[in-house]
Amino acid sequence: MKSLVIIEHKNGVLHRMSREAISGAQKIGGDITALVIGENAESISSELSNFKIEKTIIVNHELVPYYNVDGYKEIIKQVVNTISPDIIITGHTYQARDFMPRISAALDIPFIPDIVELEDSIYIKQVLNSKLNASISSSSDRVLISFQSASFSEEDVIKGSSSSESFDVDLDSSSIKSKSDDPFQESASEVDLESAELIVSVGRGIEKEENKSIAFELAEVIGAEVSASRPVVDAGWLPSSRQVGSSGSTVSPKLYLSLGVSGAIQHVVGMKGSKNILAINKDSDAPIFEIADYAVVGDLLEIVPKLIATLKDS
Amino acid sequence: MKIAVLVKQVVGSESSLDISPDNKWIDESNATFVMNPPDSYAIEEAMNIKEKIGEGEVVIVSMGADSVQKVIREALSKGADRGIHVQTDGTAFIDPLNTAKNIVSALDGENFDLILSGLQSDDTGMGQTGVLVGELLNMSTATLAIETDIDSEHIRVKRELESGWFQWVRLESPASISIQSGINQPRYPSLKGIMGAKKKEIKVVPLSFHETKQQVEKISIPQKSKETEIINTDIDSSVKRIVEILKSEVKVF
Repeated sequence: MKSLVIIEHKNGVLHRMSREAISGAQKIGGDITALVIGENAESISSELSNFKIEKTIIVNHELVPYYNVDGYKEIIKQVVNTISPDIIITGHTYQARDFMPRISAALDIPFIPDIVELEDSIYIKQVLNSKLNASISSSSDRVLISFQSASFSEEDVIKGSSSSESFDVDLDSSSIKSKSDDPFQESASEVDLESAELIVSVGRGIEKEENKSIAFELAEVIGAEVSASRPVVDAGWLPSSRQVGSSGSTVSPKLYLSLGVSGAIQHVVGMKGSKNILAINKDSDAPIFEIADYAVVGDLLEIVPKLIATLKDS
Repeated sequence: MKIAVLVKQVVGSESSLDISPDNKWIDESNATFVMNPPDSYAIEEAMNIKEKIGEGEVVIVSMGADSVQKVIREALSKGADRGIHVQTDGTAFIDPLNTAKNIVSALDGENFDLILSGLQSDDTGMGQTGVLVGELLNMSTATLAIETDIDSEHIRVKRELESGWFQWVRLESPASISIQSGINQPRYPSLKGIMGAKKKEIKVVPLSFHETKQQVEKISIPQKSKETEIINTDIDSSVKRIVEILKSEVKVF
């Protein structure tokens, strides 16, 4: 078994889900090659040299200094055609969702995305709003897969040492059909959720914008950051920099204390790696309770003020 | 501008989900079907682009059993011009690559300037058909567009990245773009639209590719991986227990 893990990085930092992808590739076994593309590829590859993999391939081409879907497609196509991996792996990030289907169509290799579990050559993904699991097999010699966040733990990556080599690609500027401007944030980031130890998260269940003050007060008492689910951000109650989920941050704090978060899959993928999940929700059927360690059924607007008062007294 | 919108009919979020006797999907005879919710944003965006430019055509493309004509009609009643139904018997699982090849074949001779699709389907959640079709037709592609700036001269989309980041991307025409949910407010059909939709054309095209490389082997109910302590009592006891958890079990202080 030969696998190729496509690495994602930003500003010289390796994406957490790329580490998880390596961990998943190690579970599958066989020879693992990592592919790093772009102008920061060298520094990323030095981090990868501490992992138990076969080697890292570096592609640093002037036409693709940073992510571009057309450039990635051309580069990955050439690497795949050269090293002939059986399985091509990434984390199921927004970037992977952008380029993996292009590779799939260009090389006629099926892409099975958002996998939560592996069983030999069976790939398990959630279907029907994550209410059921589908076990999917592939009859192709090669397959493209992406792992859902936290399906494998970055802490389980087996350390070792590996070498890196550069790989020359043949790229023509006419193959780059889309031009990307620099990424930007709508509002200056006021928080760093991804390194927060404790998080109090606000969902639609807080009902009114002014009720967010109780979340901030609770967060202050226990020393937590405040995050939000998408509906709260879409309503304009909190900035997008505080959003957790597939379109926001992915977090894994010691405690994720959610207030009125229903637990839609788009939110859950961003927080299910938390060490402890305490959810407060009125609805005893809320999906968040499926993944909670502590499921508090009740009205947060009554419980939280009392909780704050009790914590302050003690 | 000629715009195609890829639309799927899916099992509704409120539908019953009984696993079928062969364990390979759900028993669809007890299920209710709806237009895939993310696709309604793609339809609305296509209508907005056509209205902004002032001319053009919006064509709804859907693959599936005859029942998918219902979602095509729904889109036509919102103002789309015509439909293309890629017809299956609805019994077998068709993987995304095979779906895309059949759609490409059904679009032969159409030469769309723009193909829009929803972010992903609520049933299988493969999230790739629009991009696959784009690549097969040698179009430029972009995903997760949260804003579009498109006229007859240029195609620009604002892509949603992760952690609150965004990026504008300029695409060569023709382009296939997947639309992030929430980009707009999908319109409701008007009575006049509903009446008018009945007269609009839906072209039925048979499948031309049958080889599927992905197979669903089994459908199962997810196993809970952890024990959940349910705290469902009066407020004072709940608060007492939460304090205990925070102090002694999670040790936040």
